[in-house]
Formats: sequence, C-alpha cells, structure tokens
Amino acid sequence: MKRVGIIGIGHGVFGRRSDATVQELAFEAFRDALDDAGIERDLIDASVIGSVPEYHKQRSLAGVVQEYLGLVPKPTWLTEVACASGSAAMRTGWMAIRAGLHQVVAIIGCQKMTELSTAEILALMGRVGEVQWESGFGTTFPGYYAMFAKRHMHEYGTTREQLLEVAVKNHFYGAKNPYALFRKEISAEKAMASEEVATPFQVYDCCANADGAACVILAGEDQAKEISDKPVWLDGVAAATASMSVLRRPHLVGLPSAEQAATEAYAMAGIEPTDVKVAQVHDCFTVAEIMAYEDLGFCGKGEGGPFVTDRQTYIGGQVAVNVDGGLKAKGHPIGATGVSMTYEIAKQLRGEAGERQVPDADVGLTHNVGGIGQYCFVQVLKRD
Amino acid sequence: MFKWFGKVNYTPYTKVSDFAQHLRDGRLMGSRCSRCGATSFPPRADCEECLSGDFEFFEVSGRAKLHTFTKIVAAPTGFEDVAPYLVGVVDLEEGGRALAWFGDSIAEDEVEIGMDLQVVPRIFEESEEIKVYYSLEPPGTTWSKT
Ligand SMILES: [Zn+2]
Repeated sequence: MKRVGIIGIGHGVFGRRSDATVQELAFEAFRDALDDAGIERDLIDASVIGSVPEYHKQRSLAGVVQEYLGLVPKPTWLTEVACASGSAAMRTGWMAIRAGLHQVVAIIGCQKMTELSTAEILALMGRVGEVQWESGFGTTFPGYYAMFAKRHMHEYGTTREQLLEVAVKNHFYGAKNPYALFRKEISAEKAMASEEVATPFQVYDCCANADGAACVILAGEDQAKEISDKPVWLDGVAAATASMSVLRRPHLVGLPSAEQAATEAYAMAGIEPTDVKVAQVHDCFTVAEIMAYEDLGFCGKGEGGPFVTDRQTYIGGQVAVNVDGGLKAKGHPIGATGVSMTYEIAKQLRGEAGERQVPDADVGLTHNVGGIGQYCFVQVLKRD
Repeated sequence: MFKWFGKVNYTPYTKVSDFAQHLRDGRLMGSRCSRCGATSFPPRADCEECLSGDFEFFEVSGRAKLHTFTKIVAAPTGFEDVAPYLVGVVDLEEGGRALAWFGDSIAEDEVEIGMDLQVVPRIFEESEEIKVYYSLEPPGTTWSKT
C-alpha cells in the first residue's frame, strides 16, 4: 500500500483572538500551509474540517470555512469527536487518499472558543460527562481528571510535585513557541499557590480554552515525493474508544482508549514505543500527560510521575514530550489541537523546530484525546 | 418520572424512568436482563450482553467502597449555590458503580479511597418540585425521607 505524506503545514497564533472569525483563523493556517507546501490552491481537491460545533454561532462550520478558503466547489466535511476532532479530520483525510478518492487534501483544525459568554461556557462545562447518571451531580471536565489523579496517586503514589512538573515543563517550552497562548515559564511554587479548581487540581494543572487554527496538507506517496523534498509520512493512524461514563470503565488510572490506539498505531507503523523520539500528548490536565506516558508505553504503569521528574520527557531525555508547550501552555482550541500536534511533529521531523529542536528526531507521535477519554487518536509519523 | 432525578436533569425521558420513582420510595434499583440475566448499575433498558430489550428492576444493597473522589470548587451552571461539593465514584457490592455527592455526615478529611460507604436515596428538602438523588453516607445509614 502507498503511504500518505504531509507536504505542507501551517499554524496561527493561539489565544484570545477577538480580532478574527473562525474562518479567518482557518485562513491564516491554510495560507501558511500552502506557502509551506509551495503549491497552488487549485491542487487541493478536498478539505476536512476538525471542529466542535457547539462553540460557534455559525452552524455547520465546514461550509463557511470552505467558502472563505476559496475551495468551493470542492468537497468538504466536518469531523467531530470532542477535543480529538482535529485528529479525526487527519484520519479521514488519510482514508480519502488511501481509498483513491482524493489526491491532495487540506486538513484544517479550527476553533473559536472565546465567543461564548462565561455563563454559556459554565453551562457547557456541566454537560461534559455522561448526562443521564453523572452530570446531575455537577461533574466538570477538571473534576473527572481530578478523580483520575486521585486514583493514580492512591495506586501508584504519584505526588503533587510530579503532577506540577508537567506544567513547569510545558510552560518552559511554551515560552519558546511563538504560537503559544502563555509564553512564560512558571515555577512549581507558583503553580502550587494557584487557586483550587477540583482537588487535587489547581489552576496550573489545567489547560486553557483558546481560539486558533492549524492546517496540514496531505498527499499520496507519489505526489508527496514529487511536490515535497522533505515529506513526513503518516504511517500510523489508529483510533479507539472507551466508555463515555466513568462508571463503565475497566479502570480509572489511565485511558483504555489510549492504550488500545497506541498498540494499534505502533503495529501499523511497525515501531516500538522506544523508537519514538518526540511526542505530542494530550495534556488537558497535568495527570493526563502522566497517564499518557504510561498508556503509550513510554514507561511502565504507575511510573509516569518519576518519569517526568527524572526529566525523561525533556529534550535530552528518553522521549521529548510537548516541547511546543502542549495544551497547557500553547492553549487548547479543541478542534485545532490534533492538527497543531501534527504540525509540531512534522516541524520536528523536518529539523525545523529551532531552539526547541529534538536532536535526531526521526520518529514522532501524536496522542489526541476526546472528552474524558471516550475517544483517542494516536498517529505515528516518520521522515525518510 | 426521570425528570425528578438530579439537581439538574438533562434527560427527562428514558426507558428506565421508573428508577426515579423507586428512588423517591427509598429503593436503589439496578436492572436485570429478562433473557440472559445480566445486571447493570446504573440500570439500562437494553441488554449490553444479549441485546434484549426486556428487563426488570432489582434492588441493590447500596453497600459500596470508594473508588475515587474530588472536591469540585469551580462549579458549572446550576451548581454554584452548593459549591464546593465532594463527588465520589463508588464500586457497588453487587457490581457496577455510582457517582454521587458525599452527605454532610462525612467530613472532607475523613474521606479516603477504599473506605466503606452506603449509597442512600435522598430527596431535596428545600425544593418545591420533587427532586431525588442519592448520596454517599457511612455504612449502615438508612433512607429517611427528610
Ligand atoms: Zn441480556
């Protein structure tokens, strides 16, 4: 089977983007990706939009994005799997190319989250879990991950210091990323002094909502080689689910969807976890990154805490993780996140990450989680 | 009358709506498949195992162990007036799990993963409409309407 390659990447600034509509954000990333690929827009024969509709006033977003990018009358469609919507767009673009239906596909992850009022955000936050049996007790997004953290601490002795080291690391690298929402290093002391959200989490355990967009242009193997002198190959595109309800999960110390998607992505790409040099993982909360190390097999179950404090996920460690700042410092415009992760890995594998460059990065991975783990997408990327 | 269930109810219509009626009468009910006997808590009308749509309610003891918990400080819409509140997930003796608030009978510093608890049917006293839920209480606590 022919491979699918990344021939162009684009990224906009993440943050409170009161200067732009969601399609204008998409345009920034798309233009950037076309420039990067060095191709004419006409070569794109379809687009896939990753976004979560309930944040936008515009209904059925794909249509208005397609129009604003000037891609009409070519086909487009939207993928939605909560915070993993961008990776679902990547995966369906990959499928369309492998099926022979399209040759060059633009994947656009975009999200405008700050248009909603605080009241609207708080109402949405109350429906993040399973609404029949859980939301009636006032559960929240941080509340669920806080319960994963409590259980992880109970079973493995994971500490507050280990959790907050994730935030410290990601802010350290976010400070060096021009697209990041927070471009400031933080200390563990400062994180420890921040306001309580849901025990054991404080403000610095949580990522922030943001507006933003990222774009990746995919092409089939022959075309990718023709167009690009540095294609990055999308060799693993696995996805899996776990129950929506935490009442029906086999355990609450990791994400079963991530464990399964990782296993399948490694098999698909013919690699082992230890081959991965650089990874983007879904650090919506500090514990989420620690669970990701374990679910992805970077370390053993329960070893995620010491793994970060031993600096194994800094550049120079076993595997550099979230050296673009992660969701924590870069911000989390949910539909854009999966595509932004792919952007960063492509940049790393091309050796263009500047002061954040991971030496000898030849195999990279993205781990993008939807909701509280009901969806997980894992990609393996390689360079020639 | 499933709209009775929860401080805020998002799903007034369900095939297991009698659950709320039972809860109002002080009984915590799971479901049992009439064809294969598979049980579930929370109850479900359609069997996950054999796909049958025939089920009956059966009463669970409410005896449980704490699996994990959190204190939610930043509350969503409809819960601001009760924040902060302690939420726990428990493993039920008969299988299945429940997510619920801790009752006032347990102080925050007494809460510990693995502790024995009782899931107790409750009615919101301060509300004019009927609102039912369940809470996590010390073992042996029995249901009382007030
Ligand atoms: Zn059955």
